[in-house]
Amino acid sequence: MGQSRVIIVGAGPAGVRAAAAVVRAGLRPIVIDEGARAGGQIYRRPPENFTRSHEELYGTEAERARAIHEDFAAIADGIDYRPETLVWNVADGHVWTARDGETQAIPYDALIVCSGASDRVAPIKGWQAAGCYSLGGAQIALKAQGCAIGHQVIFLGSGPLLYLAAAQYVKAGAQVAAVLDTSPFWLRVKAAPKLAAMPGLLWQGVKLLGDLKRAGVPVLTGVTPVEIEGDPQTGVSGVRVRHKGAVRHFTGDAVAMGWHVKPEAQIADLARATFAFDPATRQWLPQTDADGRAGNALYLGGDGARVLGARSAEVTGELAAMAALADLGLSVDMDRRRWLLAEKANYARFAKGLSQAFPWPHELVAAIPDEAIVCRCEAVTAATLRASVSTAHAQEANRAKSFSRVGMGRCQGRYCGHASAEIIAAARSVTLEKTGRLRGQAPVKPIPVALKRNDI
Amino acid sequence: MTARFRRLVETDRPPVALTIDGVAVTALAGDTLMVAMLTNGDALRSSEFAALEPSDGRRAGFCLMVACQDCWVWSAGGERLRACSTPVQNGMSISTQQPEATWANLA
Repeated sequence: MGQSRVIIVGAGPAGVRAAAAVVRAGLRPIVIDEGARAGGQIYRRPPENFTRSHEELYGTEAERARAIHEDFAAIADGIDYRPETLVWNVADGHVWTARDGETQAIPYDALIVCSGASDRVAPIKGWQAAGCYSLGGAQIALKAQGCAIGHQVIFLGSGPLLYLAAAQYVKAGAQVAAVLDTSPFWLRVKAAPKLAAMPGLLWQGVKLLGDLKRAGVPVLTGVTPVEIEGDPQTGVSGVRVRHKGAVRHFTGDAVAMGWHVKPEAQIADLARATFAFDPATRQWLPQTDADGRAGNALYLGGDGARVLGARSAEVTGELAAMAALADLGLSVDMDRRRWLLAEKANYARFAKGLSQAFPWPHELVAAIPDEAIVCRCEAVTAATLRASVSTAHAQEANRAKSFSRVGMGRCQGRYCGHASAEIIAAARSVTLEKTGRLRGQAPVKPIPVALKRNDI
Repeated sequence: MTARFRRLVETDRPPVALTIDGVAVTALAGDTLMVAMLTNGDALRSSEFAALEPSDGRRAGFCLMVACQDCWVWSAGGERLRACSTPVQNGMSISTQQPEATWANLA
């Protein structure tokens, strides 16, 4: 038996910190990155011929972004880095990857999954129109490509990213028609004591709001989305919301929508993590101990386990790696571990404040009109989903998926799963927890049938 | 045709030539295929479900992070490409229609 085989999935802040910890312990991990360059989505780098500085790209987080990029470059010789590589399955102690028409099954002794997060989106009537993008997507267009998603952009949703992305658009010279937050302002005031766990971040949020107001961007809180207006041929033309008893209309050719992010937990699911329902954020989350152990030689770090933000991801990625190293019989620095755990607790308190200040609008989702599309992949309406519950007697999410195909399209439930659970629960008058959760399925993303197996 | 995306910064890059449904267009080196197409037009493809009511019509992507699979287009050879993660290359020939048999329209 040679050196312990450690695989790290993801090269965002959590994956990079995990890799660095494993290299420090004298092992050579395989780092599998779906992206072309390390950094993840949050510290995503443009192609090499782009010239903006870290300060221009990442603002207040420039130093952290630079540290992640530089520290990853510094361990390049100590790792087996596999960019542009998809992990599509985990089975029998092997990670299955796909790249350039080839697939490999790679055995591991410890699997550290730092798979990150994707936008949590609520279906709004009309959101299928071309020009409607996820909030994270809108930010990526600017960060990685220097583009705005439209000529007049409406930001709709809730959470810190709503204000951050809108302010970044304004700063880059884009036209921002409005920022429409479904959360009422008083919830922010109520959550202030928890948000004060990270005074710097709280202050950044206040400052962003000031930037938007100074730029003359209308910022409305406590809105109820009515409709994203548009045409199947030409796409988005505007947004209507109810605000303080009146219907307001905003003209725009693009919508950036999102309500925080949620873990990309499909790989953890296939690696047999157990999931538990989290009532505070109304979602199922993979379970770990404080360090990130999920059982079966599986360790989870970063937002892919629980969304605590990019700064926390560095902490939880390192913790997950230290747990893996300890279980492999290697020594770890217990003082360092204690410090990391304390940091994590502070980020968790802040994240709890954020989820209270900018909640997932579950009542709005449960009440969306029958004619609204829930599944953006295959244009399935709320009426069809509700009929699967009432007529076909689907009792839980996976059954309703079979009948309605909501959750069965190409995104595999990433952008409809949370919403469909709310709609099913409301249609059955049961708790969200009782609707269950969509099971992860391999392949976690579409892969070519003609993949050639090439194990090394 | 109207461009959907608007370039804000980093426009000083060498041009790249490609064709979209046989029409010659220009993009910039370092663009994703998605940006190349949406700075030259307003959509990437038509939905297979566009005949349903309500129609989802023409598609222009959604997540830009390889998760939603809404941005599929095709090379001239019939290879499926995810526009948000495929770098544009000189001489590319892109089809916004699946070159093989399309799905039966039962609507």
